[in-house]
Amino acid sequence: MKTPEEIFNSLKEKFDDKIIEFVSNLPVESFIKVAPLSLDEIALYLKDQIGFEFDSLMNLSGIDDASGEKVQNEDGSTSIVGGTLSVFYHLESTKLRHKVVLCTSAPREKPEVTSVEKVWKHADWQEREAYDMFGIIFLGHSDLRRILMPYDWEAGYPLRKDYKNPEFYKGMKVPY
Amino acid sequence: MGLLDKQFSDDNIIITSADDLLNWARLSSLWQVGFGLACCAIEMMATSASHYDLDRFGVMPRPSPRQSDVIIISGTVTLKMAIRIKRLYEQMPDPKYVISMGSCSNCGGPYWEHGYHVLKGVDRVVPVDVYVPGCPPRPEALLEGVLKLQEKIRNESLVKKTA
Repeated sequence: MKTPEEIFNSLKEKFDDKIIEFVSNLPVESFIKVAPLSLDEIALYLKDQIGFEFDSLMNLSGIDDASGEKVQNEDGSTSIVGGTLSVFYHLESTKLRHKVVLCTSAPREKPEVTSVEKVWKHADWQEREAYDMFGIIFLGHSDLRRILMPYDWEAGYPLRKDYKNPEFYKGMKVPY
Repeated sequence: MGLLDKQFSDDNIIITSADDLLNWARLSSLWQVGFGLACCAIEMMATSASHYDLDRFGVMPRPSPRQSDVIIISGTVTLKMAIRIKRLYEQMPDPKYVISMGSCSNCGGPYWEHGYHVLKGVDRVVPVDVYVPGCPPRPEALLEGVLKLQEKIRNESLVKKTA
């Protein structure tokens, strides 16, 4: 059993600058921030290395940090330019009974993160959901389609902070 | 006006109007599409089960829209599902009836403001005969909805479909 801090230190030794920082002293679990494009190799290492053995990805969630600049559009709505979108990975080792949280942030204009579908198969649908709701592109995913919204949904990604719902979808009025 | 206006001494003959006979036949065997959407569907299934026994009013689930008379929209109608509901409705033969069950399918329910994926009322895609309020409605409420629909059908006429 390892604490998140111990895991961070051994990852830092192994992966050096691909591990960005350890964020602690939060009211919630502390997490390890990693580079978006090396996420799959870090995940594979955490899964296979003796002493870590994170065999379960408990949850994968997308987050809109809304850290960019808010720009007022002509029609009164605001859109966000710049900043980041994040993905959080909650890992657990059912064998060694320890947990860790990984976080990665990618630029909003090009939110590309490497997929962990090959590492944990059940990341498949969770990544599709993060793609559906936030538009995060998971590189190397075998079937990156929308999972909840209609396949032909063109209005964007609903859980982004600057999302605007369309007036009509296929002739049906959407607002109340 | 009852179904039996006159009865002869020979008990094999009854006289009634065509309207009454057809309406009586229609309202007494409302087959519903075997179809459910969300938590309301659980309540609808409870209504069909032995304790509330929807079958005593002639309502039973039919697993094909092409042989059904009524569709109970039981649950949240998402935009993705609305297209399918319209298609199911169009596949049903006339005369066909729609019961909208629960707040979600009546008007969007709790999703009315922030539900980016919810159609705010199934009456935007198909014509609704009876609205059953509730979230979800109790089985008794759904039963009353069915009885209200039967009441509507009882007053229909061949020249004019009112329900």
